Amino acid sequence: MLGFLNASKRFRALRDRTPLGLLQLKHDRLRLLTAIAGITFADVLIFMQLGFADALFTSNTQYPRAIQADLVLISPQAKNFSNLRTFPKRRLYQALDVPGVATADAVNIGSKVWRNPQTREKSSLMMVGQNPDRAAFNLPEINQQIERTRLPDSFLFDQAARGDYEEMIAEVQQTGTAQTEIGVRTVTVTGLFTVGASFGDDGALITTNQNFFRHFPNRDAGTINLGMINVEPGHDILSVQADLIKHLPGDIQVLTQEGYVDFELNEIQSNSPIGFVFSLGSAMGFIVGIVIVYQVLSTDVNSHLSEYATFKAMGYRNSYLLGIVFEEAIILSICGFIPSLAVGIGIYSLTSAATSLPMAMTVGRAIVVFVLTVVMCGASGAIATQKLQSADPADIFS
Amino acid sequence: MTQQPVIQSQNLNHYFGSGKLRKQVLFDINIKISAGEIVIMTGPSGSGKTTLLTLMGGLRSAQSGSLVVLGKELSGISNTGLVKARRSNGYIFQAHNLHGSLTALENVQMGLEVHGLFDKKARHQKAAEMLEQVGLGDRIHYLPSGLSGGQKQRVAIARALVSRPKIVLADEPTAALDKKSGRDVVNIMHDLAKDQGCTILLVTHDNRILDIADRIVYMEDGRLSKPPAASAAAKVDKVATP
Ligand SMILES: Nc1ncnc2c1ncn2[C@@H]1O[C@H](COP(=O)(O)OP(=O)(O)OP(=O)(O)O)[C@@H](O)[C@H]1O
Ligand SMILES: [Mg+2]
Repeated sequence: MLGFLNASKRFRALRDRTPLGLLQLKHDRLRLLTAIAGITFADVLIFMQLGFADALFTSNTQYPRAIQADLVLISPQAKNFSNLRTFPKRRLYQALDVPGVATADAVNIGSKVWRNPQTREKSSLMMVGQNPDRAAFNLPEINQQIERTRLPDSFLFDQAARGDYEEMIAEVQQTGTAQTEIGVRTVTVTGLFTVGASFGDDGALITTNQNFFRHFPNRDAGTINLGMINVEPGHDILSVQADLIKHLPGDIQVLTQEGYVDFELNEIQSNSPIGFVFSLGSAMGFIVGIVIVYQVLSTDVNSHLSEYATFKAMGYRNSYLLGIVFEEAIILSICGFIPSLAVGIGIYSLTSAATSLPMAMTVGRAIVVFVLTVVMCGASGAIATQKLQSADPADIFS
Repeated sequence: MTQQPVIQSQNLNHYFGSGKLRKQVLFDINIKISAGEIVIMTGPSGSGKTTLLTLMGGLRSAQSGSLVVLGKELSGISNTGLVKARRSNGYIFQAHNLHGSLTALENVQMGLEVHGLFDKKARHQKAAEMLEQVGLGDRIHYLPSGLSGGQKQRVAIARALVSRPKIVLADEPTAALDKKSGRDVVNIMHDLAKDQGCTILLVTHDNRILDIADRIVYMEDGRLSKPPAASAAAKVDKVATP
């Protein structure tokens, strides 16, 4: 009770306090604008880096995330979804011997250059082959049209692919099919779906394993890229995983579905230089922000030294002056963050329209950047307050 | 009527610097100032007047000897004690030192906010009344940049007096003002102090304002001494010994 009274008294004192930081900032508009522009710039930089990094992570793990299997088999040399290496198809049959394994299916992934039928330009597409009897991905759009991939050289095409495909898309929508070429083979697009480009590929084609191997004649048909295992109901996935690891030779990795997604994310974050570049970019934005805010706050402290010394002579504590600087820091972080959020949303939608990369402002990211901004301004404020020590009333007026 | 002095010093010494550079600027200062007295301190430049004033005001800590202000010993006091001691007196500087981002009213109410006794509304009302009393009732929402030197110094006086301090310490408050505004400022200080019954210690080089003093003390080379004949002659009958 007493504590509560105390707190409400404190709150009243806080509300009643002259908002010196705010008044000081408002007094020097140019300085205020400089600071806000600087923070906005830093925040936009951070938003862009985080946005691109996230787009990289999401776009490169869209298919791994969508895999609907209890366990995933890949080669120990696997790098990522578009570079999984191969392992013998025989491992799938061996896996079926393990108690609890219900199904084992192959998925094959390869990169194919095709000619855009509209622009005649070459672009690189990812081709995925699956067992049409057991859909590999939890993507209803694809699974509803899976029957249309059974015919030779028939493909489902990602209409969110990077590049101009309007004519072909319109043709498929109107007539149900469109013809184009991959290498020397004529192929038929028999359906459309929407996933989006990744950094590595402009889009994707989905078909059966059979069709897949028609386009990769040099690949050993006895090898596959990825195995999908489903566990019989009533069996524990983790113990089946353990049994598989025991039963299968060492040329195979057995991962749970989540484990496989983590494997993909980890590979992008740690093994690709792009992940590092984006972290570095965000850190740069953060540092730029600190430098700018520090400049503004320390200039502000410097130009008010004699006023602060007067306050000290009147009996104000040092903490009161610290309060002024931190008040300014908080105001700046809010005023700088809001425009950066607007700019960030704009840049995201421009970028996703221009590059087909999935970029959107999430509440989580907005919060993260806002917290970073507060930390950034708070840190600069903390450095700037060191100058307050020189606001000594005895020395300034003698 | 034996009254407890509001300021009393005994053998107060003060040194600046340390080691070889240590230099004594105040020597055995003994002074008693009673409640309600207006004391003017004069003396040549560098004689230690400001130093003594800052000691009394708690702006720096007394080193040796005794300095009792309002019943509190300031010699060897802690830092927090020093900050608290500052709140019981109004300090007026040679430069007005108003906060440029605050209006006259806001500047004056800062003299009340430090005590944390009144809410914002009460503070602003008292500050407005105070500004009225120093003749700036029509300028309360002006920023310092919109006021003349004399007006700014009057705001500074209002700020020092608004919390009705027991002691006002003023260090050459008229130095930056012309003759007329200097006189006005001193008169305002005098009248307000007599109203509120507070004690004033005023350092000045300005001979024209000596007449408001109840007592004049003279500082030379860090020691309080008799005023030299010239300035004493004019004011000798004014120099009262309580
Ligand atoms: N912070 C300091 N550090 C070292 N010496 C100082 C300091 N402040 C003042 N002094 C010295 O102490 C002596 C007294 O200074 P003080 O400012 O008290 O004189 P004053 O009587 O107020 O002079 P004035 O009339 O010019 O204002 C001077 O010799 C001065 O140089
Ligand atoms: Mg002086």
